[in-house]
Amino acid sequence: MSATTPAAAPERPRQLGRFAAAWASQIGITTAFGLLWLIFIVLAPRTFLGDRIYLSFAETTPYFAIIALPLTMVIVTGDMDLSFPAIMALGMVGFVAVWHLTGSVVLGTGAALLVGALAGLFNGLLVTYLGIPSLVATIGTQFFFRGLTLVLVDGRSYALVDTQASPAYEVLVGKLFGIPMEFVWLVLAAVATWLLLNRHRLGQNAYVVGDNRQAAALMGIPIRRTRITLFVLTGLAAAFAGLLNSLQIVNFYPTMGDGYLLPTLAAIFVGGTSVFGGRGSIWGTFIGAFMIGGIVAGIVAVGLTDYYTNLIYGAVVLISVSIHALLRRRFEH
Amino acid sequence: MADVPVSGSDLTVGERHDARRPLEADLPTQVHVPNPALAPAQPPRLELRGISKSFGGVHVLRDVDLRLGRAEVVGLLGDNGAGKSTLIKIITGIHQPDEGNIWFDGQRVDRLTVQKARALGVETVYQERALADQLPLWRNIFMGRAISGPLGFLRVGAMRRKTEELMGESMGFTSAVLTPDTSVTGLSGGERQGLAIVRALHFQADIIILDEPTMGLSLKETEKLIHFVEGIRAAGKSAIFIDHNIFHVYSVADRIVVLDRGRVAGEFPTSRYSLEELMDIMREIASGGAYTEAERYRAPDGAASGAGPTGSAA
Repeated sequence: MSATTPAAAPERPRQLGRFAAAWASQIGITTAFGLLWLIFIVLAPRTFLGDRIYLSFAETTPYFAIIALPLTMVIVTGDMDLSFPAIMALGMVGFVAVWHLTGSVVLGTGAALLVGALAGLFNGLLVTYLGIPSLVATIGTQFFFRGLTLVLVDGRSYALVDTQASPAYEVLVGKLFGIPMEFVWLVLAAVATWLLLNRHRLGQNAYVVGDNRQAAALMGIPIRRTRITLFVLTGLAAAFAGLLNSLQIVNFYPTMGDGYLLPTLAAIFVGGTSVFGGRGSIWGTFIGAFMIGGIVAGIVAVGLTDYYTNLIYGAVVLISVSIHALLRRRFEH
Repeated sequence: MADVPVSGSDLTVGERHDARRPLEADLPTQVHVPNPALAPAQPPRLELRGISKSFGGVHVLRDVDLRLGRAEVVGLLGDNGAGKSTLIKIITGIHQPDEGNIWFDGQRVDRLTVQKARALGVETVYQERALADQLPLWRNIFMGRAISGPLGFLRVGAMRRKTEELMGESMGFTSAVLTPDTSVTGLSGGERQGLAIVRALHFQADIIILDEPTMGLSLKETEKLIHFVEGIRAAGKSAIFIDHNIFHVYSVADRIVVLDRGRVAGEFPTSRYSLEELMDIMREIASGGAYTEAERYRAPDGAASGAGPTGSAA
């Protein structure tokens, strides 16, 4: 590809304005991220100039950021998935069952991913074949999956200490040159989703389905297949994130994943992905996740009480979404 | 599948090459066996026979026949609710007919889908309805048929280049502000239409369907469009032109098919009917059901006239 581009560009007039227009959202979110960071550094230099806090971010942010990535694509098609917190736990039921049976962490991981993918498929089928609006359908499956998890494990939690003996444990949640593997997985997932959304047929179709579903139908785009695939990917990612989280704390409890719903959605919307579909940014979601992840730690480090968390959380989401809306209006007419 | 590597594993590379050559030589040269049933007359590019379609008990189309010859422009006229858009949706594979069959170049095609229809050379200009506003031009041009490599990854560079080319040559976009990355939101009405048309043309369409193409167009833009449709015929391709407006259709169509309440009310070659006559006929159809050519011009031999003179354009 790169070999062909130079020939194709006979002096393209690249004005700053057009560049800004094309990347307004991305520039906006990155600037906001930088500002927030600066504020934290100024107010709590001891914390934010050391490396411990960043290692902590690198470990905890991926738990929801990994899900936020494919969910960004779901939202690009104009759908929504609220069931992923429950899939995080449901996938672990698969892990625990197979791991107990075989003693293999690898097989257990496969089972977790399979369960996650099937849960996503279930969502996708409900939404596309029965035509239930995804928001409503996944509220239902959120309860259903959570309930299923609780019933299957009878409400108990399971110690996963023995998994640490497996080499797979190190690959999943160990450290690579001191960097938590969670972060490595997140970066891999981000690159893969970026490619899928921006350089793959799946993403091309997702954009069209989200932008103008009628056009997608008229032009013969496989609407159902596209939407289902994205639900499956989100289920897969949720199960994987649940696995990472459980292994890190070497414990599985059936209410795991509760509390991840809002940070995940916040990361996506702070990142500039449109609620109305047809537009989304993987880079935005990536940065957004670290902004959301940083807020809690930042608030405590700066010396505010925990009570401020939600207040500042809400403020950051509202401000960034407003900025996105304003930027769009300013640059697009 | 498992057999192949097992049997092949004994062979050295050289032997395998030797073993292959005579095999290739033995292959018969491909002979195209003509279908005797189709051979004598060239079949029409598109033919529909006995198409019926109903939605929830309402008959939208009843027993509709339609032929489209090579290098022919057929105008499809009819009031709202006459079934024009349903007929088009059947040709483009969006809806499947309840009854009746569709032939492309004499070949019957069952269970037509949008993808299949596009592969058979049917492209439709749906105006703005089939554009994705927030997406860049190149994604719109290649909507539903992106250029992609192995594993479905897009060749974005190739698509951008092609789009740029089309913008310059075919769409007449001269403004330097427009690039393949501009979103459709930034285009004027005429530019959008140009985009929709060029998209249909770019993929070597044999049958181009224009669905209400003059809607919301200025006079000058309409003229350009008519010119464009004439170009389709000149290029040996066929078109179906759907419109409310008889003036637009008459000026460019070889033959006009009038739909009324789901039936073909008549077919009229524009070479034999003046615009005034056609307007009278349309009025008659609108006020009281079917019009038959016989009543007007011939001795009342009745029944056969409904089909009208078809395929006379060639």
